[in-house]
Amino acid sequence: MSSPTAISSTQDSNTRNPTAGAPRSRRLSLPSLETLAAWLLAVIWIFPLLYAFWAAFHPSEFMVRFDLFAPLTLDNFVNAWSQAPFGRYYLNTFALVTGVVLAQFVVCTLAAFAFARFPIPGKNLLFMLVLIQLFVFPEVLIVENYRIASELGLINTITGIGLPYVASAFGIFLLRQTFKTIPRELEDAARIEGCSWLEILWKVYVPLAKPTYLAYGLVSISHHWNNFLWPLVVTNSVESRPLTVGLGVFSAPETGVNWATVSAATLLSIAPLLVAFLLFQRQFVQSFLRAGIR
Amino acid sequence: MALTAHHKMQMYGALLLLPAAVLLAAFAYLPTITTVIQSLFLPGFRGAPSEFVGLENYRFLFDDAKFWKVARNNLIYALGTIPASIALALGMALFVNGKLPGRGLVRMAYFTPTILPMIAAANIWMFFYAPQIGLFNKLLGALGFSGVNWLGDPSVALGSVIVMSVWKEAGFFMIFYLAALQGIPPELKEASDLEGTSRWSFFWRVTFPLLMPTTLFVLINALINAVRVVDHLFILTKGGPNNATKLLLYYVYENAFSFFDRTTAATITVVILLVLAVVATLKFTILDRRTHYQ
Repeated sequence: MSSPTAISSTQDSNTRNPTAGAPRSRRLSLPSLETLAAWLLAVIWIFPLLYAFWAAFHPSEFMVRFDLFAPLTLDNFVNAWSQAPFGRYYLNTFALVTGVVLAQFVVCTLAAFAFARFPIPGKNLLFMLVLIQLFVFPEVLIVENYRIASELGLINTITGIGLPYVASAFGIFLLRQTFKTIPRELEDAARIEGCSWLEILWKVYVPLAKPTYLAYGLVSISHHWNNFLWPLVVTNSVESRPLTVGLGVFSAPETGVNWATVSAATLLSIAPLLVAFLLFQRQFVQSFLRAGIR
Repeated sequence: MALTAHHKMQMYGALLLLPAAVLLAAFAYLPTITTVIQSLFLPGFRGAPSEFVGLENYRFLFDDAKFWKVARNNLIYALGTIPASIALALGMALFVNGKLPGRGLVRMAYFTPTILPMIAAANIWMFFYAPQIGLFNKLLGALGFSGVNWLGDPSVALGSVIVMSVWKEAGFFMIFYLAALQGIPPELKEASDLEGTSRWSFFWRVTFPLLMPTTLFVLINALINAVRVVDHLFILTKGGPNNATKLLLYYVYENAFSFFDRTTAATITVVILLVLAVVATLKFTILDRRTHYQ
């Protein structure tokens, strides 16, 4: 993924290789057919989102009437904003995502450092235990996690939404892998200069793992911005609901809210992440890749 | 002297692990254990102690036709979403890996659904599926066909949910295939061109086998998602009509928070945990033979 353009350009020249066995006519017609298929699929894939934009920016009578000169309007957004406390939902999601990512960075860094560099008895077994959490997510255990959250007094709090995700096996795993690649010589040099363990972690390991933090951070932000089931279970009022749950409550079909308004509300809740993605596409895709390929 | 230094390191390492260990215990291990325990007991009435019933709750669950209906739905859902989204992801990756005008745009179109919350995606697809004013039925009507009740007809609803999930997932898997494709040395293609191998047989004899690790990785992620992601059901169908689209985790939610039957919810959760254990075993035995943790 590091240099997609460079690699594909060499492949382009390969397909034009005159020694290729395919007959000339096929070579001329196939690429265009392929291009057509690729574009058709792309149009189908982006269409739902474009349609949501169409519905959100036009009066509701134009929901299924595609008139190029249909009047544009922001009324749907105004309606959505006034009919549900989206401002508060934004604030909640923002607090949730910031809190979770920061807490994950701290907790996972410490644990990853321990796994990477410290002689803990039974380390491999402990690490396998941590990896179990890659499969047993907080949302699968909603019944018991709800009970535990309520015993800790965390029901209907933003902490309650985020806390089960803070010790992320995924983050510990990623950071441990990165820390293990950092040469010990750097650590030794820092120790000779009189650095304590925490200083070594902070001054040597953390700066060198920046790309991993970026990748993990972006993946985690997207995940928690979009998370729904556990936040739905653990919250019960406007004060703590994140955007996804607010949107879910607002747009449930039985509430009978106007569809153009629902489109506007949907776009409102995805806008920050969508804009961030469009601006930093490359970083997003690379982060998902980095985080995925283990 | 060396021994005490070693002990100190051990202590330090254990301290670094402590925050993660406490959180993992509270929100992963403990709830897993109590879920299993809860599935073996029947709650007592009016504060009476709960009664150990062994596997009685499981027998009760397995005698329930509704449970089997939900389990079957989940199986169909997995079989419907996984092969389709993997095949599409591979196709998309091949498209945007080759020469293609507007590659960046096409890749963006494929990937964008990935960063939307499932709730937002479901809202958008609701505009397509709605019986009277939905876009699909308007289109069918314009072509002279009678409308389909996409989410209200028990024989169609699960298919509609599957189509939406494929749309949401394929682009995510694409990036892993794309990265893998770019790791295939161009010499292979050059050699096969010299020998006059057709593109079709090059794909099946060279590319596809080389992508096998990626396919396994994607497959495992898809399997996990088929069990863990049920957010869209809250908007699209709420598991209906007549349980036609109810998936296991949604059924857990319903039992726990609508019927307040936590025993049944815990019993179904254990079934889900067993499925996830199988997936985890698959990952740690098949997939990780190729990768190295140490």
